[in-house]
Amino acid sequence: MSVEDRLELPSYLHHTDDVSARFAEIRRQPVVMRMAAVSRQFESAQGPVLALSKISFDVRRRELISVIGPSGCGKSTLIRIVAGLETCTGGSITIDGKEVGEPAADRGMVFQGYTLFPWLNVKQNVMFGLRMKGMPKPKAERMAMDWLDLVGLTNFASHYPAQLSGGMKQRVAIARALANEPRILLMDEPFGALDAQTRASMQAHLLKIWETVDVTILFITHDLDEAIYLSDRIVVLGAHPGRILEIIDVPVARPRNTDQFLAGHFLATKKRLEQLIHHRETSPKHDAGKLGIVAA
Amino acid sequence: MTLDGPRREPVAPSSAGATAPAAPAKPSRRPLLAVRAPLPPRASLVAGVLAFALPLLAWCIVSYVPFVWHPLVHVRDASDVNVPGEHSYVAIDQLIDLEVFDKRNQELARANKKPLAGERANPIFLPAPHEVARAFYTAFTTPPLRRGDFWLHESLWQSCQVIFWGFIYAALLGLPLGILCGTFSLFSRLAEPFVDFVRYMPAPGFGALAVAVSGLGNEPKITIIFIGTFFQMVLIIANTTRSVDGALLQAAQTLGASRFQLLKSVVIPAAVPSLYRDMRILLGWAWTYLVVAELIGEKSGISAFLYQEQRYRHFDNVYAGIVMIGIIGLVTDQSLNFLGRFLFPWETGNNSLFRLFSQIKLALSPRGTAAPEADPINDSQVLERMPIVPMAETPEEEAHVG
Repeated sequence: MSVEDRLELPSYLHHTDDVSARFAEIRRQPVVMRMAAVSRQFESAQGPVLALSKISFDVRRRELISVIGPSGCGKSTLIRIVAGLETCTGGSITIDGKEVGEPAADRGMVFQGYTLFPWLNVKQNVMFGLRMKGMPKPKAERMAMDWLDLVGLTNFASHYPAQLSGGMKQRVAIARALANEPRILLMDEPFGALDAQTRASMQAHLLKIWETVDVTILFITHDLDEAIYLSDRIVVLGAHPGRILEIIDVPVARPRNTDQFLAGHFLATKKRLEQLIHHRETSPKHDAGKLGIVAA
Repeated sequence: MTLDGPRREPVAPSSAGATAPAAPAKPSRRPLLAVRAPLPPRASLVAGVLAFALPLLAWCIVSYVPFVWHPLVHVRDASDVNVPGEHSYVAIDQLIDLEVFDKRNQELARANKKPLAGERANPIFLPAPHEVARAFYTAFTTPPLRRGDFWLHESLWQSCQVIFWGFIYAALLGLPLGILCGTFSLFSRLAEPFVDFVRYMPAPGFGALAVAVSGLGNEPKITIIFIGTFFQMVLIIANTTRSVDGALLQAAQTLGASRFQLLKSVVIPAAVPSLYRDMRILLGWAWTYLVVAELIGEKSGISAFLYQEQRYRHFDNVYAGIVMIGIIGLVTDQSLNFLGRFLFPWETGNNSLFRLFSQIKLALSPRGTAAPEADPINDSQVLERMPIVPMAETPEEEAHVG
């Protein structure tokens, strides 16, 4: 019996007034990204494998939306298709009504691995996108410093990436992506390689940035708490083939804080996510039962 | 200096009262044979010196210890050369086999003459270290035996020029082509199969052709160096370029880099430190082709010197010449290695060269045009000489963020 089971929890579908107001506000915003029946099929020796099956959802301006699912559900493939690093075999993705193609500056991305350019210092890394656009160096430098200020790394402007910790590297990567002022910021498990403590502070930090900056975020994760803590909505994917099981409107009020981890709405949402992801898919308990092992 | 590994003191059974007070824990010494771990600095230095000292020691033993090897006899006194016999040719100052020495002595003994006198010696092709050391000096100070031959320093200069130009031409073509092959599959498919094919043709095989095409002079020799280096270079550079982390390219793409910008601003800077190392290795290969190249057509350079001295049987000079090639190679490689430490500050943490440049730039620029903050390196007080170690994620650091 988990904690959630023993507690009297509200329904995850129940929204308090301020949460309802928040969603009403979101629904008034224009759609930034529309995903319409996106499918991805891979050819393998055993024949075609459907990795993603008819994924459809909208992302509205300034929304923070997470995609969560078990490994193998194709969530990374999905975000890479949005970024233009992979192609879909069916359906379409539009940003502001225009279909996406090759990778471009309107879809900034923060990767799970560290992708700072090692030969550039922190400031030059943040300037990279601006310089690619042809912005003059002095202006790009000023803007880069502003973005570094936002992520709290002005003192490290002339450090090389090799001299930074993992959390700092990811903050620079966020600043670098934001400096381009993308229409949508794609984050592919950006804190997955960080230790738990750093990860928690990075999540809080991301929320702060998102509140400060007019940016829409599509966030990939496999961490339930992370998804609930950060998101307005959570797209839950199932595996084999990757498909939408449910899109959850997170009933936790904003601004978020870590105390909410034990709030009823938070736990109710988490319970629902666990049901969707673990019980319906490969559940360790389920497997153990099949093997005849009785859980203590 | 001990090279015999850490000595473990046997644990003495502690007799009551006799045990010394516990000494402060000494940092445990790293064993000399630790797997994939750096040597302690002192041991590293000693091992480096020994690398040269041991072969030299072996050479000294063979040369100076009379009973080691020394298969010949240097005849000091030929006794009576008129005594007939199979070995009557033995004369003063000759180097003869030990066996011949004994047989001639038997012949002399039969004729009741005094035996030969002489001392054990090594063959002429193994001069003693001091002879080679002397040759180092005399080789430079002795005028060439024939008119029209070159002094040693002229020969060396000739060789360096051949190497330099052969390598420069190979690099001018090979670097861009290699980088293109490593970046674009089209170039790779267009160039690499053919390059791979030519690579297996021995460069000296092109010697006669090179002479026919470009005459005597230095050109055919430069051509051989070029052929020997270029084809290898294209493949090595292409592979190095291909090994650039694909995630960096993807990140740059999502930041809006065009294809040309990807090449210029990501692929090349990402590969440059490895390319530099490749070029150092390839320069070594160019030297290996030098001797063959110089013997093509009109002999020239250090190889001509070696060839000539070998014909005069001045083997001390031959060794001096060979060692000189080695020294030039070693010095070049180590200088490039040293320079490399300054060229890539993001790998070595040493940006003194860049700071020097930015200071020169600042000094040369008219006042006001180059503001200090416009320079990415110059505005760093922290960049003195930072260790490349990731900083600890300190709570204070994160605190003002979270």
